[in-house]
Amino acid sequence: MANLRDIRRRIKSVKNTAQITRAMQLVAAAKMKKAQDQALAGREYADQLNQVLVNLKENVDEESHPLLEKREGNKTLTLVISTDKGLCGGLNTNLLKLVRSEDNGNTTYATVGKKLRLQLEKTGEPIKADFVVDDPLAFSEARPIAKFLTDQFLEGDFDKIKVCFTNFVSTISQLPHVSQLLPIDATTLAEKRDYEGVGKDEIQETDHSSALSKDYEFEPSPEVVLDTLLPQYINFQIYQMILEARASEHSARMVSMKSATDNANNMIDDLTLDYNKLRQAAITAELLEITTAMKAME
Amino acid sequence: MLQLEIVTPEKKIFSDTVSDVYLPGVDGEMGVLELHAALVTALKPGELRYEKDGKVEELAIGSGYAEVTSEKVSVLTDSAFGEDDIDEEVEVAAMQRAEEQLKGVSAADAEEAAHLESVIATNAARLLLKRKSR
Repeated sequence: MANLRDIRRRIKSVKNTAQITRAMQLVAAAKMKKAQDQALAGREYADQLNQVLVNLKENVDEESHPLLEKREGNKTLTLVISTDKGLCGGLNTNLLKLVRSEDNGNTTYATVGKKLRLQLEKTGEPIKADFVVDDPLAFSEARPIAKFLTDQFLEGDFDKIKVCFTNFVSTISQLPHVSQLLPIDATTLAEKRDYEGVGKDEIQETDHSSALSKDYEFEPSPEVVLDTLLPQYINFQIYQMILEARASEHSARMVSMKSATDNANNMIDDLTLDYNKLRQAAITAELLEITTAMKAME
Repeated sequence: MLQLEIVTPEKKIFSDTVSDVYLPGVDGEMGVLELHAALVTALKPGELRYEKDGKVEELAIGSGYAEVTSEKVSVLTDSAFGEDDIDEEVEVAAMQRAEEQLKGVSAADAEEAAHLESVIATNAARLLLKRKSR
């Protein structure tokens, strides 16, 4: 068994670690609250916007807008939204697994967040662009990203634009998720609404109301509405996805830092017990020596 | 009665039943009553009015969309402010800042220019609402 001084030293260093992880836990908790509120608040708007689009799509010709046009090719540009910092559990690893499984061999990447950019660079994947965004995120920061992706699609460089990000479910559960951004497609619209935790009843209700009033009028015209609505939709999708990823990041960090702090505290308890045992043993040994010496002198 | 919902990216501003709604459509103001034909319209920054229990309320909204069905109006907009939430000095400053930026934008960047123009129009709509009530 180690000696007293070694154990004392270890306790001290574990205590330091616990202090750091505890501080990080508190910081992440504060950021988590904000990021979660922001992400949840955006979902309402996203749902409404999706619904308008679903209705709109039923009323216009599929191929009437370049952003809706389905293409045969499989050249894909994938936007990967990861974190800038580590220490957030398996978040980035899980996302990377999904990114790898989505790779069809003809995929180029764009990234938000440093962690997965480095991973993708390491394995030599082509990276077309990297975006840096602030925390907390402003809506205007999503615009250049959306513009870049839209331009890539419209210029015909890529046939599909996908986004991989971590969807926020709850503080203890975040799921990696992939969604097709372009071309915009009615089935993915409905799917996404389902995914983001809207209750089943609500979806049935909207389907019902759109069935009642099929023929929408468009003011000033379907083309004008589509022209302005689709870019706005893409901007907002990007914004919302980054928010989801951020909420996931801070939640995952909070949870993993909490378990790190708990582990450190358990370790300190164990070490303190060892330390006390050892100290007790030393005292007993000393007493024994003294008594034996006294007995010998009698 | 008509269900009115006003939603911005940040939060749900309003959700209640009202008796009528006036929307700032791109082609001019548009009144909506119950049993209106299904309609999707683009909105420009301006004033949204609704009447609830005989009382008229006004909001300054940014650009966006409205989806109208026979029993419901959903308004999606960048921002929506009541008269009390508007600070005149803040709006004037923001408007001047956007105008300065607009001068610096090159003619090629139509999207940025359009964005700034919409910011200015939104500020103008808020100021109009604020000043009208005095």
